[in-house]
Amino acid sequence: MTEFVKNAAGRLIPTHINDKEVVPFQGVGKYRPQGRKYAPPIKTVADYPEDGDKRVASLKDALVKAGLKDGMTISTHHHFRNGDILANQIFDIAAEMGVKDLVWYPSASFPCHEHLIQYLENGVIHHIEGSMNGPLGRFASQGKMRGQGVLRSHGGRYQAVQDGDVHIDIAIIAAPCADPFGNANGLYGDAACGLLGFALADSEYADQVVVVTDNMVPFPCIPWQIQGNNVDITVEVDKIGIPEKIVSGTTKVTKSPDRLLIAEMTAQFCDEAGLIKEGFSFQAGAGGTSLSIGIYFGEIMRKKGIKARFARGGSNQYLVKMFEEGLVEHILDGQTFDLEGVRSMRDNPTHVNTSPFTSYNYHGKGNFASLIDIVILGATEVDTNFNANVVTHSDGYLLHGIGGWQNCLFGKTVILPIPLFRDRIPVIVDEVTTLCGPGDLIDVIVTERGIAVNPKRKDLLEKLKDSELPIKTIEELKAEAEEICGKPQKPEFDDEVIAAIKWVDGTVIDVVRKIKE
Amino acid sequence: MSEGYAGNKGPKIKSDCHVTLKQQPSGGIKIQLKSKVEKLYGDQIKKVATATLNKLGVEHCEVLIEDSGALDWVIAARIEAAVKQFSDTSETYIPDLKPYNQYETSKERDRLSRLYLPGNNPKMMLNAGIHKPHGIILDLEDAVAPAKKHEARFVVRNALCSANFYGAERMVRINQGEMGIEDLQYIVPHNVHLILIPKVEDPEYICRLDKEVQRLEARHQIEKPVFYMPIIESALGVEKAYEIATACRNIVALAIGLEDYTADIGVKRTSTAEESLYARMRLVNAAKAAGIQPIDSVFSDVGDMEGLFENVRKSKQLGFEGMGCIHPRQIKVIHDGFAPEAKELEKSMKIVDAAIKAEAQGIGVVSLGSKMIDPPVVKRHKKQIDRAVRMGFIDKNWQETYNQE
Repeated sequence: MTEFVKNAAGRLIPTHINDKEVVPFQGVGKYRPQGRKYAPPIKTVADYPEDGDKRVASLKDALVKAGLKDGMTISTHHHFRNGDILANQIFDIAAEMGVKDLVWYPSASFPCHEHLIQYLENGVIHHIEGSMNGPLGRFASQGKMRGQGVLRSHGGRYQAVQDGDVHIDIAIIAAPCADPFGNANGLYGDAACGLLGFALADSEYADQVVVVTDNMVPFPCIPWQIQGNNVDITVEVDKIGIPEKIVSGTTKVTKSPDRLLIAEMTAQFCDEAGLIKEGFSFQAGAGGTSLSIGIYFGEIMRKKGIKARFARGGSNQYLVKMFEEGLVEHILDGQTFDLEGVRSMRDNPTHVNTSPFTSYNYHGKGNFASLIDIVILGATEVDTNFNANVVTHSDGYLLHGIGGWQNCLFGKTVILPIPLFRDRIPVIVDEVTTLCGPGDLIDVIVTERGIAVNPKRKDLLEKLKDSELPIKTIEELKAEAEEICGKPQKPEFDDEVIAAIKWVDGTVIDVVRKIKE
Repeated sequence: MSEGYAGNKGPKIKSDCHVTLKQQPSGGIKIQLKSKVEKLYGDQIKKVATATLNKLGVEHCEVLIEDSGALDWVIAARIEAAVKQFSDTSETYIPDLKPYNQYETSKERDRLSRLYLPGNNPKMMLNAGIHKPHGIILDLEDAVAPAKKHEARFVVRNALCSANFYGAERMVRINQGEMGIEDLQYIVPHNVHLILIPKVEDPEYICRLDKEVQRLEARHQIEKPVFYMPIIESALGVEKAYEIATACRNIVALAIGLEDYTADIGVKRTSTAEESLYARMRLVNAAKAAGIQPIDSVFSDVGDMEGLFENVRKSKQLGFEGMGCIHPRQIKVIHDGFAPEAKELEKSMKIVDAAIKAEAQGIGVVSLGSKMIDPPVVKRHKKQIDRAVRMGFIDKNWQETYNQE
């Protein structure tokens, strides 16, 4: 019987998700799990071909050989973004084989996966543990998914696998380049996506690891971003992704004057706060505003004659340009957003691929995210305590994944450049619809109408006290939004919990409830 | 049965709505709402729609509101425009003039940049002010399609009351001829600061327009002046520039519109603009003779910031004191372009510093070294310094640091 308890963030959460007991959020850095990491089964070379050729004839053969059956957890990675075709094919095959109650464990989902709704409806897929974007999010929000969704950050996904919270039965790794032994990388081939970091945990911990490629090269495939020694089965297929969709459309600098203004203000804020200095580091996402901020950083760096020690990608043509110009010494890349990113990773030894293990995993001996000086992130809502939401909209629908967002909150100065309102809906609210990140970790909100600094960051407030930038309190910004838009009604929810939001340590920070239609 | 339509809809439309209204013999007011913000603002949207209909005396009707995030004042404007397609009621539903929109303007204020916004596009009106143009123009003329002219009036009127202009001068470009005179009742009562009068060729027209403004001022007990900026867009207009500039009270600036001017004289408008050199110089001269600001035409390539900057520099050299813009990103470039160059500014500081010192010592004549500086020259440099301070190019206490160096 599921009961509800209040977690340390004051959110009412169930004691069980999908009939499994969960740990309520206990505060940032408070939860200390005991025990040892999960270990995959021991295997022996005696069971694998001596010539190292692990190929089977088709994806279906691979799934059969891997022992696909009811109730299994199947994982995929999202390096192909909206150009992924494999995930849909896997479940087409499962449906054809009459398999039921699978759990899909993607590192993220995209609009192309709307195809899977039929399998959620007919029982092939029981539930999704991963981001649910667009149509899938809407489907879940309407309470139509049989199981409950579990949303994790990229780091949280690695943690969940490593700690044994999630047991992957079969990992399917789409690889732009691979050899018959299973060594694989994302650097070469029609579907080149740069790296395969999101599949690292899957390759290390799954019971069965399948590498699928449309670009099979003779052994050895180097560099081996995925090690063949972890791989059970390899498959060659005609096509693993749609190249033009792998390079997503998000990596274009914004033309919106309002967003450019926000980007300009953000860069100026960082400059005046003394954050842009010799040897600093930054992470900027691939959204239009973030890209522009990177470009403004570049202008400031050129003017000052300074360099950044490293930047965290999503790399893209703009970051690569700064890097090759010498403004940035290293790119530590989590995913490449365009072909320039892929090319640079291939050509430049200091453009390095990373994984959720190195960058984000909270149950490790440190991670890169906390070393970064300036982190630029987005949000759908922020409340007056600086708590933020990235997964639901104010109307309550689940529409985005967490991505690396929670993990990046551990950066030294976390800035959210966001418009004060979108389509009449205020972004700054009394209380976020869904809590994804505690306000203690969020330092600055930059809107086109003013900048709010978390009162805990007295150092920033002191540095900016004579600034001509419009520094306001977050309450002032909220009042300004409501003056323009009017105060919104609260959306109505049923009691039914449709998804859990995990914190970086595997505890449950909040849940998403079913929308009342 | 009477019907009315107003507004915009479609996947690209934001912060607007489309209203379809059918009057019924009975049954009260029935509102059907399609909105992506329905869960958050559905009740409010219906409340505003009902209040508007009540005020306009519509008792029975079916309303379909297709909303894409319109604010209350936009919804009210769309409903009113739809009603007035079939109703000749003299009732209006006007939002209160917000306290933040009650500020005044002055004849001398800077008009370096003025941003044109299409009068029937409420979305752009929400954020225009945050880009800090010196003036925001809600355009009822060329930026509004002929079929949308009437509904745009309600949007512009309500925007004057409700959209925050963030300190920019509140301008409206009215239509030509009689339609322009009719436009006045929608704007004069709502703290419009400046009216742009398009395609002026006849000083008489401005006098007539001013009379109508005076009538409205008296009726609505308006004491703050409404200023005029006639736009000259034809060969005849250029020839009559001085007469137009001095036609009546409250003309504070004279603008040139080069698209129409070049069409009128039958030449192509070029980026180097030799073809309009005479017209522009004539206009500058007329404006200066009348003691008002000469304002240059817009630069239409919004992607070419370097070209714009060059254009502004040339404009400044000719004596213009401002330029229109059609994209917020042009504003800063225009301000920078009109800014005094460092060398110029240094000279101005030298002269003004000498003038202040001379005054403090009670010396009537300002001199630099052996050279005497004439009072009008001092005045010009003083103006330049004041503007540079206002625009943040130099500190207001510049003199202290200047004297330390």
